[in-house]
Amino acid sequence: MATEALGWWGVPLGIMAGMLRGSAPFLFVSLGECLTEKSGKVNLGLEGTLLTGAMSAYAISYLTEKSVGPAISPWLGVLVAGLAGMVLGFIHAWLSQQPKVNDVAVGIAMIIFGSGIAFFLGKPFIQPPAPQLPTFDLGAWSNVPQIQSALKISPLLIIGILLAPLMAWFFKSTRWGLFIRAVGDSPDAALAMGISIAKVRMLCIIAGSFLAGIGGAYLSLYYPGSWSERISSGQGLMAVALVIFARWNPIQCLWASLLFGGAQAIGPALQAVGVEGGYYLFNASPYILTLLIMIITCSPKKTLTGAPGALGTFT
Amino acid sequence: MNPAVEISQTKELDLPPELEVVNMTKQFGQLIALDQVSLTLKPGTFHALLGENGAGKSTLVKCVMGFYQPTSGEVRFNQQVQTIASPRDAQRHGIGMVYQHFTSVPAMTVAENLVLCRYESAALIDWKAEYEVLNAFMETAPFKLPLSAIVAQLAAGEKQKLEILKQLYLKSKILILDEPTSVLTPGEADEVLGLIRQEVVAGHLSVLLISHKFREVTAFVDEITVLRKGKFAGSGSVKDLTIADMAEMMMGEKRDPQKVEKTVHPDPTPVLQIQEIHANKDNGLEAISGVNLTVNSGEIVGIAGISGNGQRELVEVLAGQRIATAGQVLVNGEVYRASRREMFKHRVFVLPEEPLKNACVPQMSVAENLALRTFDRSPQAKGWMLLFKPIREAAQRLIKIFKIKTPSPETPVSNLSGGNVQRTVLARELSSDHINLLIAANPCFGLDFAAVDYIHSEILETRNRGVAVLLVSEDLDELLKLSDRILVISEGKFAYESPIATADFAAIGRSMAGH
Repeated sequence: MATEALGWWGVPLGIMAGMLRGSAPFLFVSLGECLTEKSGKVNLGLEGTLLTGAMSAYAISYLTEKSVGPAISPWLGVLVAGLAGMVLGFIHAWLSQQPKVNDVAVGIAMIIFGSGIAFFLGKPFIQPPAPQLPTFDLGAWSNVPQIQSALKISPLLIIGILLAPLMAWFFKSTRWGLFIRAVGDSPDAALAMGISIAKVRMLCIIAGSFLAGIGGAYLSLYYPGSWSERISSGQGLMAVALVIFARWNPIQCLWASLLFGGAQAIGPALQAVGVEGGYYLFNASPYILTLLIMIITCSPKKTLTGAPGALGTFT
Repeated sequence: MNPAVEISQTKELDLPPELEVVNMTKQFGQLIALDQVSLTLKPGTFHALLGENGAGKSTLVKCVMGFYQPTSGEVRFNQQVQTIASPRDAQRHGIGMVYQHFTSVPAMTVAENLVLCRYESAALIDWKAEYEVLNAFMETAPFKLPLSAIVAQLAAGEKQKLEILKQLYLKSKILILDEPTSVLTPGEADEVLGLIRQEVVAGHLSVLLISHKFREVTAFVDEITVLRKGKFAGSGSVKDLTIADMAEMMMGEKRDPQKVEKTVHPDPTPVLQIQEIHANKDNGLEAISGVNLTVNSGEIVGIAGISGNGQRELVEVLAGQRIATAGQVLVNGEVYRASRREMFKHRVFVLPEEPLKNACVPQMSVAENLALRTFDRSPQAKGWMLLFKPIREAAQRLIKIFKIKTPSPETPVSNLSGGNVQRTVLARELSSDHINLLIAANPCFGLDFAAVDYIHSEILETRNRGVAVLLVSEDLDELLKLSDRILVISEGKFAYESPIATADFAAIGRSMAGH
């Protein structure tokens, strides 16, 4: 067996494979949340958006397979997942901008609503197989099957990796990027410049939810690659925590997503080399990582550096 | 040659337009905020708009800026009637406004803020070209700022300069300044206004200044217009008017300056002793670095300083809202940690700034807020039971004595006006017979003359009873009037200390600026 041939090298390889395979949902959701929080709003509901995206992508890919063919139907699924995310984003944006409405409360309601609607509409799609997204096989040079499978890369991940620097550039060098930062950091200043705070936030939340929806499509159409109700296992919520860890910087969102994707693979990688004890404990490592990050970064005595000035305040 | 630079050079040759406001009225529901007010801002003049709080100054300029649509009346440029539908329209007509509070984005650089304020900039920002234009602009600007500095790291004076630079960058010909010097030291204020004055004299700008500082008006302004209770109350040339004339126009009556009578206390004893206190800001950086101070009975010690130099954190430490990282506070010679028991024992009372936020429970009634110090003791409580009758009676008594304007004792305190919230807190904190130490922070911020006089007399009366008073304020005139001893706090340390009789105004200003 190749696993035995690799020995303990299988562990870092497994973790790296997990990074490349499992970090895309974190990346899309955290970039979406980063965009949303830069405008001064929090959208906890992205967990629900992720599930709705996963369900709608899978359903559309399955339903359109006959009419457009298995090559195009998953991409149609990706698009519809984004659009479904936008609908949820619009609801969140509208609700959370009503007077005296709290972002976090609406976000929790949207988690329940988004996952509820995904479970409700997704029931018929739990069994049948849907066409999956294609991959680039960058590991064809190697004859070790682990390396071959580790270097299978989804085009969505590449899009996500390109999106991170693009978003950083957008915040720095476009008029719209500056508007968003102004709205998130100092709404009074934005108002004095004639920027409509409600409009900017509405668009940011909707665009952020679009990205989260695509993250969901990645889950159901690539990895793990089927639709079930336990598919996200809280990745949407972890991605929100990750934005704080990344200090609201898209490039750092990319590194943090890779870290979380790797952490997710610790359990399976250890199991592959025969470490059976503590399997569930290692599987919990992303959650422990989230908790640790929260403890390390939060202090009652100081505010976070880099946080948008108006984040989560009533304006 | 860059087109943007070319335009600015041709534009500089013509004078700003004449701005006329004619019979402007603005109603908010039943309230007439502005009643048939007219004003003329001649090209190349420095014009001041004076009036008490609530006189309608802000409403007037907001109508001119397009934030509000006037109920009736019109705005004319060079005798041409123009409607201004939005601040963007105002910018198109060459009017720019500098607000009382900074409107720059703190997390961005100077360059980003300048580019951001332009309405008609391209969707993509070519930073290389922008920097060339901005550098060229800075060459000709009356004050210079480093383009790549983060705004949050600029001093208050520099931030205010950036606000004005923004308007010059937008090529505004008419500048409306809303109390632009309220956050500056006297020295910074003179510098900024002096440089603007040079631009006005050179014919590049007309300025409409909202102010209540007569010192600035007499030093820099050509003409004034005065509003009182939403109506036109007078206008004229500054060189023909005395300060008393202007004050009379604002108040509607001649007023003698309030007399300050201080009784001398023969044997002062130290009441409050602050020993080597250190404390951090919200972001974890040090705000106060080792201050020592003693306040004696029957004495008002004033602390001056530009906001953000640690005074807020110091008051929060004394009020028990913030934990000091090092050092200790003694009251009556005993260690004081601002627990409720210690506050009662040592009779410490606090008038914090922003009283609605720091000293009230906004949704609770006026009566309940008045009882916050006493509700758990006899006669307002019996054991663990609250007795609502004595609470209500005490509230009614205080409402009467301190003239709090409230529909009833049961009204939530957040429904009261700012002045009456301040009176509510004042009533609660000063009504006790046995005050020993009073800590007050900006007690008169945003209040009108009558309320300010009232609060000043209450604080003085308290002092004359033998109470030790620590007064932290951003208003130097207030400190010079009330204090027995004045200190200046700068970057978390005391930079100046003097008895009031020998205090040197210029030295205070210099220490505030950190020199």
